[in-house]
Amino acid sequence: MSAAASRSPRLLNWFTVSMIVFWLMIAIGPFVWTVWGSFKVQGDFFSKADWRNAIYGVFTLAETGSTFTGNGYYGAWIQEGFWRNVLNSGVVVIFTVIISLTLGTLGGYALARSGYRYAFWLLIAALVFRAMPHITLVSGYLLPFFEWNLWGRLTTTIMVLVAINQPFTLWMLHSFFLNIPKDMDESAMVDGCTRFQAFRHVIIPVMWPGVITTGLFSFLLAYNDFAITSMLLSSENQTMVPKIASFLTQVREQGNVMFAVSAVVSAIVPLFFLVLFFQRQIVSGLTAGAVKG
Amino acid sequence: MPHGTFARFIWPSFLAMILFIALPIASVAIQSFFVEHEQVMREVENCGPFKCTKVLQVDTEASRALKEEAPLGKFNGLGTYTNRGHLAFSELGEIWASSASFADFIVGLYNLPFYKALFFTVTYTFVVTPFVLIFGLLIALGVNRLPGITRGPTIFASLLPMIVTPLIGGLILFWMVDADGILGATLQIIFDDPDLSLKASAPLTWIMLIVYGIWHSTPFAFVVFYAGLQTVPQDTIEAAKIDGASRFQQVRYVVVPYMTPLLVFVVLMQLMDNFRVLEPIVAFSAEAKARSLSWIIMNDLMGQDKLFGSAAATSMMTIIGVGILLTPVLIKTWRDFNRKVV
Repeated sequence: MSAAASRSPRLLNWFTVSMIVFWLMIAIGPFVWTVWGSFKVQGDFFSKADWRNAIYGVFTLAETGSTFTGNGYYGAWIQEGFWRNVLNSGVVVIFTVIISLTLGTLGGYALARSGYRYAFWLLIAALVFRAMPHITLVSGYLLPFFEWNLWGRLTTTIMVLVAINQPFTLWMLHSFFLNIPKDMDESAMVDGCTRFQAFRHVIIPVMWPGVITTGLFSFLLAYNDFAITSMLLSSENQTMVPKIASFLTQVREQGNVMFAVSAVVSAIVPLFFLVLFFQRQIVSGLTAGAVKG
Repeated sequence: MPHGTFARFIWPSFLAMILFIALPIASVAIQSFFVEHEQVMREVENCGPFKCTKVLQVDTEASRALKEEAPLGKFNGLGTYTNRGHLAFSELGEIWASSASFADFIVGLYNLPFYKALFFTVTYTFVVTPFVLIFGLLIALGVNRLPGITRGPTIFASLLPMIVTPLIGGLILFWMVDADGILGATLQIIFDDPDLSLKASAPLTWIMLIVYGIWHSTPFAFVVFYAGLQTVPQDTIEAAKIDGASRFQQVRYVVVPYMTPLLVFVVLMQLMDNFRVLEPIVAFSAEAKARSLSWIIMNDLMGQDKLFGSAAATSMMTIIGVGILLTPVLIKTWRDFNRKVV
């Protein structure tokens, strides 16, 4: 009995550790491989003959004279003008985050403090809206946007992303505001503040942790979006993700896979730092909805 | 909060959702009843040196005028829903009559574009979701047993597949499983088949997309379950141990029931997100073997002649599909709410 009890955890520990190591290899391995490979030439990145070429860069050395090359990055950023798409992404993401947080904090606060039935129904409607596949909404936008000459502009895309973000933002901020005690703003109102003044002077100073967490997810939604940005932006206004998608068709014709690889790695870098610095907020944000909802 | 104040706080957010979510759904519904104008044809006499022939030509001028006058196209009723590209009622009847067995019928059904996409979308959703739950729970249990100092980096690495843009994550895996990429080449060596290509066969493409889906979504389930594990009361687990529960029984009868609300939440999010699967198909260039509902909508909208009616009809049916997926949750919420009020 005692032998079995002591042996079982060791076996279990061994199993646990190997499972986690295996998972980590699956989770992060592809990224490491691609980041490393992006500094090689195509012959090494797709090294069918000997996979070690991708690590040591045999063809890279033969073609460029060094085992690392920035040719892919030069081709993508300068030759193909990827920097313009990076700027567009920056504009879209920053404005989407700021506007959705502004609307979301006001709405989320109202939903958290209203005891009426319609607040509940609004949240349920938001949940249903959250479930709508984005491409179905796009098929609703396209025709009117063409007719009213709104198609292709960054402002239109920002507004659409803000709206699509709202259901999630409302849910999240609503649950954060429920955590802020009602007494705080109510005592301010007893002291003669209006509701808005109470919000301004009492709630805003303490709401930042929740707002930052929600902002991270708004950022991810705007940054990662493919369906909306690829369908609603004209080619000169494209953000990074649709540009990478259009690299793909181009690559099939011209064979510059390394441009696409470098662009992909460039787009991962900001996300990497986002997770690095805001890991705790992302984890708490993912679970906030679950624990409350 | 009084109604007036509530309205003043909520209106910008409410307006945004009405304008860009509710109205577009209405617009999709209207568009789905219309179909593009046919090209206006005109008979033109084409005279060569020997004789004159009469040819039908597209009258671009008149076609454009017609399009400008009625951009929605012409009214088609439910015609788009029932045509070959969508529910295909008449083809369905023929296949039913001509097929000897039920399997035959399914094969025939699979050749119709809408049903093909529906098959893939539903398969993807209902295969990925359970795997994500199981792997997420296993990893969460595993990480929970790790010494404290290694947990942070483990969570960091685990988050990446979920945080990274789906299209980009798909591309990274696609390049690795390419016939010349490291995984693709390794598979060729393992199976001793130099022509093995995951892209060439439909089942392998499906498996590849599903593996991608599991890879992408497992971190989400993992993080939610991991956070849930921190809140499981230790006393209950102690009590179960004293009663002689094995480790598996502790998980099965204490931890899992305790985390049921989280489980429901993850299932709900996964069903919603997997049902809209689009990016992996673009990233893996898998459209020849696997198409999802989202993909066929995008395809209708991408071309030179935008098929608004067709895209709208597919969208409507996708929305109905989402509605069916959500119904159990909505019913449960409704019951909980009524219980709370009463």
